[in-house]
Amino acid sequence: MSTTPHSSEILTLECDHIIDLASKGKRIDGRAPMDYRKIKIQTGIIEKANGSAQVDIGQTKVIVGVKIEAGTPFPDTPNEGVQTVNAEFTPLAHPTFELGPPQENSIELSRIVDRNLRESKAIDLTKLSIIPGKKVFVVFIDLNMLDHYGNLIDASTYAALSALLTSKLNKYEVKNDELVIKDDQQPLPMNDYPIPITFAKIGKTLMLDPNIQEENAMSTRLTVGIDNEDCVCAMQKGGLGGFEPSEIESAVETAIQKSKEIRKLIMEATR
Amino acid sequence: MYKLVKPDPSKNLINDKGLRSDGRRPDELRSIKLQVGVLDNADGSAYIEQGKNKIIAGVYGPREIHPKHLIISDRAAIRCRYRMAPFSTDERKHPAPSRREVEISKVIREALEPSVLSEYYPRTVIDIFIEALQCDGGTRCASIVAASLALADAGIPLKELVSSCSVGKVKGHVIVDLYDLEDKYGEADLPIALMPNHNLVTLIQMDGKLSKEEFDKAFNMALEGCRKIRNLQNDALKRKYKLESDTENSKDSKEEVK
Repeated sequence: MSTTPHSSEILTLECDHIIDLASKGKRIDGRAPMDYRKIKIQTGIIEKANGSAQVDIGQTKVIVGVKIEAGTPFPDTPNEGVQTVNAEFTPLAHPTFELGPPQENSIELSRIVDRNLRESKAIDLTKLSIIPGKKVFVVFIDLNMLDHYGNLIDASTYAALSALLTSKLNKYEVKNDELVIKDDQQPLPMNDYPIPITFAKIGKTLMLDPNIQEENAMSTRLTVGIDNEDCVCAMQKGGLGGFEPSEIESAVETAIQKSKEIRKLIMEATR
Repeated sequence: MYKLVKPDPSKNLINDKGLRSDGRRPDELRSIKLQVGVLDNADGSAYIEQGKNKIIAGVYGPREIHPKHLIISDRAAIRCRYRMAPFSTDERKHPAPSRREVEISKVIREALEPSVLSEYYPRTVIDIFIEALQCDGGTRCASIVAASLALADAGIPLKELVSSCSVGKVKGHVIVDLYDLEDKYGEADLPIALMPNHNLVTLIQMDGKLSKEEFDKAFNMALEGCRKIRNLQNDALKRKYKLESDTENSKDSKEEVK
């Protein structure tokens, strides 16, 4: 069951300050409303994974590992590989993250990342069929939060994309209906590079890339995913407030522009 | 190597005359039936039939909250569960909550919360239970429409009713209120919830592919759909509360005649 989250009363003073700043177009860490924090992308950090990446947005740190294994396809897509995304809110990443089965926030996060990749057809799943209807490659994308300082959605998706872009797949052949894995590797076939851009609405101001203090102060959040062709491929609103229709239309416009910058960063880091 | 070939149902989603596979025009909603106050135990309830969707929503509260650590000192907490009945889909749905249901429960709660004056009932909980008995596309929107009516029926103070509607794209055409087949084989799905008088969008999700122009067109079509459905909600609410008072009045008048 989904329950209204708690807000700490100690933080209320800080929230008031952030809302006050927002009304003047200012932010608590000195950024302009449409600025991201510094984005740092490292790839190939886990040798045993098919692909991996760590993305830092400011102090936020997320590590993503990609493992590719043979498995069975879904009955409705017998000729296609399978993509699966899982998010772990490990307790080391934030004092409010607790042990136990995945909660709605981590389920929502993994589904947003999944939606961005799936709807833009980022991974070319049609090339991951081994024996049609029987055996395909399953791409496991595991999101591991390390340090939560806000905007986990963007950090996770950028890390997932960076990991996929540097993923290697073993070459193989099929002998007598058996899969034989070879030693040499090829890159994972990719079609698209979707970039989600997350906005927070604080007071009446929209800001990009909220840090954790701003996430506490925001009334609502909107993530807009943009694909290679500047089309919208995924969206998700979160939080207890709402947006005026005109705010959403301008957010889409901003996201289209901003996604180009960030896509360039990721493409350079994964080349 | 062989390839499995499956029929492509997307071919017939829209015909040469611009009509959809169920005979609707692109901007036409499915027929919607709303009924308020369908359960006796719940403090408020509502039922919606939208095409083949059949969904019932019940509201309890404001009531004491358990476990206690969920208390919010300056407002009521709102809890929401969206559940699909195992028999609601073509293939039986396993009764355990799926990740999809967890996410939908969350977005429905967040779509309704902006409309509830929850600060009137601190330290309590308002529970919203949604049972999707038959699902045929657009169930999160239909659930919001019913749940908002159920909140009103429970007498919970609301800023206004929340209305909801989805739009999407099939074969390049922007269409409103997708049913299952269009949702599955279409190219985009964009569900929206709106508080029309406050001009506030309280739910927006999207998957698929829409250019900026298509997005703007679809978005406005969804807002229009929400406004239409909002009128139906008003009527449904009036039907329940007006009818009861009307029948009482007519009884009284009959007795007077006697």
